[in-house]
Amino acid sequence: MQWFNVILQGVLIGGLYAMFAAGLSLIFGVMRLVNIAHGDLIVLAAYISLMVVQSLDVDPLTSLVFVVPAMAAIGYLLQRGLLNRTLGDDLLPPLLVTFGLSIIIQNGLLELFTADSRRLQAGPIEVETFQLAPGVWIGALPLIQFAVAVAVIAGFQGLFYRTALGRAFRATSDDQPVAQLMGLDTRHVFAMAMALSLAVIAIAGVFLAVRTNFDPAIGPARLIFGFEAVIIGGLGSMWGTLAGGIILGVAQAVGAQVDPGWQLLAGHLVFLAILAVRPQGLFPKVSG
Amino acid sequence: MSRVEHATRSSRVGVVVIAVAVAGLALAPFWGDRQTLRLLAEMFTFVALASLWNLLAGYAGLVSVGQQAFVGFGGYLLFALAILWDVHPIAAVFIAGPIGALLAVPVAALIFRLRGAYFAIGTWVVAEVFRLLASQISVLGGGSGISLPASVVIAMAPTRQMREFETYWLALALTIAIFSAIIALLRSRHGLALTAIRDNELTAQSNGIDVARIKLIVYVLTAFGTSMIGALIFLQKLRISPDTAFSVNDWTAFVIFITVIGGIGRVEGPVIGTIVFFVLRQMLADLGSLYLLMMGAVAIIVMLWAPKGVWGLIAERFGWQALPLQRHLVLGKETGGKS
Repeated sequence: MQWFNVILQGVLIGGLYAMFAAGLSLIFGVMRLVNIAHGDLIVLAAYISLMVVQSLDVDPLTSLVFVVPAMAAIGYLLQRGLLNRTLGDDLLPPLLVTFGLSIIIQNGLLELFTADSRRLQAGPIEVETFQLAPGVWIGALPLIQFAVAVAVIAGFQGLFYRTALGRAFRATSDDQPVAQLMGLDTRHVFAMAMALSLAVIAIAGVFLAVRTNFDPAIGPARLIFGFEAVIIGGLGSMWGTLAGGIILGVAQAVGAQVDPGWQLLAGHLVFLAILAVRPQGLFPKVSG
Repeated sequence: MSRVEHATRSSRVGVVVIAVAVAGLALAPFWGDRQTLRLLAEMFTFVALASLWNLLAGYAGLVSVGQQAFVGFGGYLLFALAILWDVHPIAAVFIAGPIGALLAVPVAALIFRLRGAYFAIGTWVVAEVFRLLASQISVLGGGSGISLPASVVIAMAPTRQMREFETYWLALALTIAIFSAIIALLRSRHGLALTAIRDNELTAQSNGIDVARIKLIVYVLTAFGTSMIGALIFLQKLRISPDTAFSVNDWTAFVIFITVIGGIGRVEGPVIGTIVFFVLRQMLADLGSLYLLMMGAVAIIVMLWAPKGVWGLIAERFGWQALPLQRHLVLGKETGGKS
């Protein structure tokens, strides 16, 4: 029963990792951009939420009403103002510019908020649990977090295949010059993708901040978790990304159960093992 | 008879200037104080790290953000060899090279499955794995790290001053060796292939260059040099811990900024970049984290508006090259025009 519990906790954390990954996967799919600052933007969202919670005296989940639009706006402006300039055949500019951005965000947060670790208090819901089966308890908050993750992935899936914006995303992803010829303003499409990516980052950031302590330096590790979930699941597959997040979460939970020092290592090793035996990931989209 | 030459007038001047500078630096223990020596030795290690990263990313197109894996590995190998097996630390620096290269082969087998930017993050994951493994090694201090025992340090040289001279000269010699090896590689047949890959990978491939093989060779050679420099860095510091050894800021962010600011894809870039970086650091060090923030901003500005860096601007404006690398055909016997 103890192991069942461990795995269940891993699955629930996996939802959070899938949220780290979803935005990363989206912008890679649409514009082949890998955003090295992704993790630091998650932490930025956590700090924005902290400011909202402190100044308006609301609970963290309500702060999403402000944090999500704020992050989306940042994403749109970032793409229009800076990142669109880096796109092209050369790999280096987007990589180095987002790497520079990562350093800027980390040190900016350090300057504003110091290196002290913070936590968002969600009130009584934090400790609320219910019994799933004899000996198996589930926290209300992890369950909400997982449900939100599934909703985000399902929302992405719906957006891609049911809306005009999704069609624009897919068109630019398939062939950018042709999409442009068909009258799509790719600069705007890219900026919308980044806005959406940062909107999901905002949700992930707030849940992260409620779940654990955070400080300005924890961003890069979140980027790596998200990245691992994307690769494990297979590029281009949103449900695969959710599965990738869950596998990573379970690997870490099992590793931590064996030895606390092995939590992160177990996750990385599972990622490397999958890379070794199935480099295209577990559920790759049929490549075309 | 027509022939291919590397040298130009500027490169002949460049070689003389470099020779004089190297001679001056070799004599630094006689004119500089301890502080200067330490700063210079640190600069040498950054020139070496940036030159190696430049070869990897600027020429072979392998943008790694995980070279700290090999810096840290070299450092830890030095401590393991010196503490557990009584190997002389300077010998350990040289052993770190081949072992690092050997380690790079299976690492490459894994991460070469990832393309482009995903390759970059893959290298980072490997570095994280190394860091986490290092913190599991309790004989080397686990997560909190370990100092090089006094007995080992004393065995290196009878006085502190002699030891500092020794590590200074080692840093200078190693950096020159790595720098020269890169130039020799670029002037060779493989260098022509590498330059072709830098300029257009697809065209290089279709002209019969085995791109995958050359990339692997460059990755392994870079690991060789980076591991040696890693061992040297922690011989200078005399203390190691997982967080300092595998620091992404120190051994990757700074190194990338240096290369980008100096000029990526040119051998002169890392040298110029290191000088700019250290001048900025001496001027802005009091600002703390704001200084790093400004470095990040400078790197972004350079990348977007002067992607060839400081040396690229100079080279294009004046047609200079400090080192005889570019090939140009000399027609006829003595009368041939350049270009």
